[in-house]
Amino acid sequence: MTPRKMSLKQKYGAYTRGLDWKPTYQREDDVFPFAKYEGIKIHDWDAWEDPFKLTMDAYWKFQAEKERKLYAVIDSMAQNNGQLGITDARYLNAVKLFIQGVTPLEYQAHRHFAHLARHLPGAGLRVAAQMQSIDELRHCQTQIHTISHYNKYFDGIHDFTHMHDRLWYLSVPKSFFDDATSAGPFEFLTSISFAFEYVLTNLLFVPFMSGAAYNGDMATVTFGFSAQSDESRHMTLGLEAVRFLLEQDEANVPIVQGWIDKWFWRGYRLLSLVGMMMDYMLPKKVMSWGEAWETYYEQAGGALFADLARYGIREPKYADVAKAEKGHMTHQAWGIFYNYTHAAAMHTWDIDEAHMAWLREKYPDTFAQHYEPRYRKWREQAEEGKRFYNNGLPQLCQVCQIPMAFTEVGDPNTISFRVSEHGGDRFHTCSDGCKDIFDHEPEKYAQAWLPVHQIFQGACGGATLPEVLDWYHINQGADNMDYAGSPEEEQWNRWMEGRRPVVPVAAE
Amino acid sequence: MNIDLKAEAITPRRHTFSHIARRFGVDKPASRYEEATFDVQPMVNFHYRPTYSPQFELYDARRTRIVMNDWYVFRDPRQFYYASYNISRAAMQQSFDDAVNFVEKRDLIASVDPAWRDLFAAWLLPLRHVEWAANMNCQLIADWGFGTQITSAAAFCGADRLGIAQVISRIGLLLGQGTESALKDAKTQWLEADVWQPLRRLVEDQLVVHDWFELYVAQLIVLDGYIYPLATGAFDRAGAAHNGAPLSMMTGFLGDWYADNSRWTDAVIKAAAAESDANRIILGEWFERWSARAEEAVRPIGAMVLGAEGDAAVDAAGARLRERMIALNALEAREMAA
Ligand SMILES: [Fe+2]
Ligand SMILES: [Fe+2]
Ligand SMILES: [Zn+2]
Repeated sequence: MTPRKMSLKQKYGAYTRGLDWKPTYQREDDVFPFAKYEGIKIHDWDAWEDPFKLTMDAYWKFQAEKERKLYAVIDSMAQNNGQLGITDARYLNAVKLFIQGVTPLEYQAHRHFAHLARHLPGAGLRVAAQMQSIDELRHCQTQIHTISHYNKYFDGIHDFTHMHDRLWYLSVPKSFFDDATSAGPFEFLTSISFAFEYVLTNLLFVPFMSGAAYNGDMATVTFGFSAQSDESRHMTLGLEAVRFLLEQDEANVPIVQGWIDKWFWRGYRLLSLVGMMMDYMLPKKVMSWGEAWETYYEQAGGALFADLARYGIREPKYADVAKAEKGHMTHQAWGIFYNYTHAAAMHTWDIDEAHMAWLREKYPDTFAQHYEPRYRKWREQAEEGKRFYNNGLPQLCQVCQIPMAFTEVGDPNTISFRVSEHGGDRFHTCSDGCKDIFDHEPEKYAQAWLPVHQIFQGACGGATLPEVLDWYHINQGADNMDYAGSPEEEQWNRWMEGRRPVVPVAAE
Repeated sequence: MNIDLKAEAITPRRHTFSHIARRFGVDKPASRYEEATFDVQPMVNFHYRPTYSPQFELYDARRTRIVMNDWYVFRDPRQFYYASYNISRAAMQQSFDDAVNFVEKRDLIASVDPAWRDLFAAWLLPLRHVEWAANMNCQLIADWGFGTQITSAAAFCGADRLGIAQVISRIGLLLGQGTESALKDAKTQWLEADVWQPLRRLVEDQLVVHDWFELYVAQLIVLDGYIYPLATGAFDRAGAAHNGAPLSMMTGFLGDWYADNSRWTDAVIKAAAAESDANRIILGEWFERWSARAEEAVRPIGAMVLGAEGDAAVDAAGARLRERMIALNALEAREMAA
């Protein structure tokens, strides 16, 4: 008999799921104890089609080549004082937000994809999950190595993991990811692989990476490009995993729909930090948050959910709210940071005339009417030597943990505020979206480590602000406060003195 | 860029991250390995308990009985971070590819004594299932371990184990002349043949162990400590009399890999044992329990490959493993007599 040549699919099968067997000395439910408690029904794990057929030999070689190129750029950036090539020192605040808020999430993604790689009963999915697990470790480590150079010259970067565990605004990304990793394996897949990596990824990575490109941060651009082929695998995994759940059993559809609703809203609230970065922190703007939302969510997401309609999936609940809020959200978020910059490991600053003109153009229905007057007043105060800092402590949303500053849809003068009762206590949320999430799992969200509550309870180093800031490891007078008068501003001006014109913020 | 700044105008304001400077006691430049691993894992203020194991925090040192004051003493002597790891493994894979291509091109397998070739397939190919379970065990350590130093190295080891399982599979496809037949036979043996059942039972029993450090000892120290020395030592040498050199060329990487991995596992066991007597007692307990099982599980395989000399080879592997643990101060020397 002449041997029949194996197809690529057969070969890949031999290299992956062919390794697996059904245990007989131990019960399958004991080997995979977390596969059933979420109520998801999988009848046939073998029906999973591997979306990319990557073996370890190909993975190692491909990734090693990418790393050689990436580290050559990181090295040259360090040798050639690459930090001098950025548009303006204010740009670095986007990088601070990234390493404090996003890099630790890459690490947590790494750990939790290892969880999936161990605990999903399907061998094909386990292989895909473990490649993503080390990809995410890659992202975490390459980001640290890239930003390490900036850390040598700029503030706010130096203790990012310590800060991630403690700072008030970093509890927004941290609680987001803790929410996903404390969920079961299928909710995690839906939240991170699908809602985050597939539906919303273009609103997270594209703004940071294009922001870097527009602002001369070549190192960040390089790791962004280098991560693209990883991300396209992650996106594919997210979409295919959700399709697989939907195809396996009709009873999965309402469960998955509930997760899509929840994680859309959770992701959207998280993105308010990114939207603020886009509209306010990039000296040279890429596109406005409003434009990005239209392109990447309203158009791309609309097509996706039209496609998923055949499984009985509809658009996420409250997508209409996100659409209605898009002219307000980033300005309100910037307002929060401007108010509390004295307690943050980054700077905010006066919005100059060119920047205001840009915001008026991008937000013709909202900016001039509601936000410009506020900035002008703040400027006056600063010019009188009374730069405004809010010395009170804000109330935080129990779910998204953003200070309560977002307003009611259609009523930008009224703070949106919801209350739930649970176990005899009252819990406050910022929106119908967050309230729904709380009400669905009150035992879970009642546990949240809310930074402001913790300060009141004396768990954060002391009762005074300087004590709390010490506990945060914020170098007071360098990491925090307005950019005007900061050591970074002084350094940047010294570097640039006589070398190049100061780039006006919002120049395009 | 056309900027000529005086050197002193662009002096760094710090040399590394604060959390690393605290470890050094001084702000001095850190290596890429150090910046990529030290203190990266979140440590406190977790928001929610895992719904799948609410008795623990999301990252929780209590997931093992081993107790450490500082979990960042498990320095990997290879200093692997993602880039250096992948570059190292791409090179290792290339040397395997070269060996297989050499053998394949010259059809050297045809020159091997057919009886040895079949015996080789019988002992090597089922081991890819052991590697697959080792992969799962490493994923569990990467998931539930504590501190980036040990979890990132475990994730790399897990990727290694999948890679090794795939390399063995590739040898199996070659032995099956481009078909899956040899792999399928081996899987049937793994599932049904008496000679493999004690090992398969042991492997499945490991899959329900939830103490990640126990799994570290059971898999990476004990089971690997029997299988690799046998596979790359006595089993390999037995092929010499049967013109087995072409097969040895293809499995040579197993010995290289094991030596490399042992540099890391030695460092981990040494650090855990050095921490306290309590740790040493637990490590000893785990070692005795799993080595008794492993010895019993590999004995029939030793007999299958080496006949009457199998027992001696297994005993020698066990003795060497025990000596290694003693040298790492994880076992008392007097236990040797037992
Ligand atoms: Fe990532
Ligand atoms: Fe990703
Ligand atoms: Zn909220």
